[in-house]
Amino acid sequence: MRNRTGRCGAVVLALGLAIPGPAPAQGGTALVPYEVVDDAIPRPLTDRPGDPERGRALALNRSKGNCVTCHEMPVEADFQGNLGPPLAGVADRYTEGELRLRLVDSKRINPESNMPSYYRVEGLTAVRRDWLGKPMLEAQEVEDVLAWLMTLK
Amino acid sequence: MRGWRGAAALPAGAAAVLALAVAAALAQGGGEAPAAEPVRAIPDPQSGLEFTTPETRAIQEDDFQNPAFLWVEEGEQAWNHPEGAAGKSCASCHGNAAESMRGVRARYPAYDAKKGRVVTLEQRVNICREEHMGAPPLRIDSRPLNAMTAFIGLQSRGMPVQVDISGPARPFFDAGERFYNTRRGQLDMRCGSCHEDNYGRYLRADLLSQGMSNGFPTYRLKEQRVISLQFRLQGCVNDVRGEAPPMGGEEFTNLEFYLAWRAQGLPVETPSVRR
Ligand code: HEC
Ligand code: HEC
Repeated sequence: MRNRTGRCGAVVLALGLAIPGPAPAQGGTALVPYEVVDDAIPRPLTDRPGDPERGRALALNRSKGNCVTCHEMPVEADFQGNLGPPLAGVADRYTEGELRLRLVDSKRINPESNMPSYYRVEGLTAVRRDWLGKPMLEAQEVEDVLAWLMTLK
Repeated sequence: MRGWRGAAALPAGAAAVLALAVAAALAQGGGEAPAAEPVRAIPDPQSGLEFTTPETRAIQEDDFQNPAFLWVEEGEQAWNHPEGAAGKSCASCHGNAAESMRGVRARYPAYDAKKGRVVTLEQRVNICREEHMGAPPLRIDSRPLNAMTAFIGLQSRGMPVQVDISGPARPFFDAGERFYNTRRGQLDMRCGSCHEDNYGRYLRADLLSQGMSNGFPTYRLKEQRVISLQFRLQGCVNDVRGEAPPMGGEEFTNLEFYLAWRAQGLPVETPSVRR
């Protein structure tokens, strides 16, 4: 399986406190580099500020964030899931940088986490062909969802 | 959050069994270390029936309402219908299914010494077709094959699932267990991420069950047809954006074997009804 090779890369990355982000994805688009500091990614992935309205739409979109499948969210939507914790008030509990890391790669915080890594393409097994080498959200989309999360106070 | 695999203390019974097995192995003196007795993450499993809505349950519990009985009838007809070069039907060799097939669904998948691997009920039917009837195999998850397994499965209804994972079957069980516990797909989840860590919680509109296999094949309201277990498994792998292995292949066969062991002791509910 060609998409399994990123493991050692991920381990190396998890060692330091301030470390550069992932290598370019095989085949797909390269991920923008980012820096993990303690429990957070303090700097945005893109120069353009996130758009909370677009972020809210991405969180509801089945083929994008699809957050509502696992999280109750303070929005109008039928059948909100509860596999993960409710997202209401999440901006009171975490800083923007902390939320960015939770969105980008929650497994850095808890390797047993069932929260998907939205901006990671390596160290995965048997990814469906049409998604191989692609992150679940693009960098700008991560910033958009994040901007929406920051409104949940 | 529910404790997952290995985190919680072993239930007293399982620990005692384990201790006995170890003691017995020591008493035999030397020799090869036997494979340790596997311990179930969910020692007291619940059927998927416990997680369905009252409406769905009502359909399953009334054979006249359960649409799967159309498949059962087709299966019964096929049972008595000669097919293939040898001019035989299933009944030619097995007679009355109510007697000869009783208990079969409960102990499948099972190790087949001649094949040297574990086979599912579907594969068993196809082996009979090819080797004894001179008939072509039926496509996995096709209507006639699901009809046959629904009919055969019904003959074991109410009997506890009891598969034999010992001896030569063990490596196939182990492979199934590894598949179950491997995080896969873009969502990077293992089967237990949903069915062990999170049963009883909602994934959008779906109440997550423990992913037990005792009701298969099942009539799926969404598909409006009877589906095989491996069709459901493809759906689950697909949902985590994983590349699903082929139905009837080695990986899913071993996984199905492991799933039967997880469901050990639950009554066969074939043919069940699901959303
Ligand atoms: C497949 C299920 C699933 C999906 C889809 C999902 N999450 Fe999560 N999320 C979880 C789980 C489980 C946790 C609990 C923390 C852990 O296990 O690491 C979590 C934790 C979080 C947290 C931390 C909350 C806290 O109170 O600690 C945030 C923020 C979050 N998710 C946001 C999102 C956003 C935004 C999306 C969509 C872009 C999303 N999640 C999609 C399962 C999911
Ligand atoms: C992202 C969540 C998720 C993952 C991961 C997942 N499933 Fe499922 N599974 C579901 C949902 C939702 C259903 C339908 C509701 C139910 O019965 O739990 C289901 C149903 C099932 C059923 C049918 C249960 C019944 O009684 O009808 C089985 C068996 C099953 N899954 C096995 C598996 C196996 C094996 C894996 C790993 C290859 C797996 N699942 C991975 C979400 C998941």
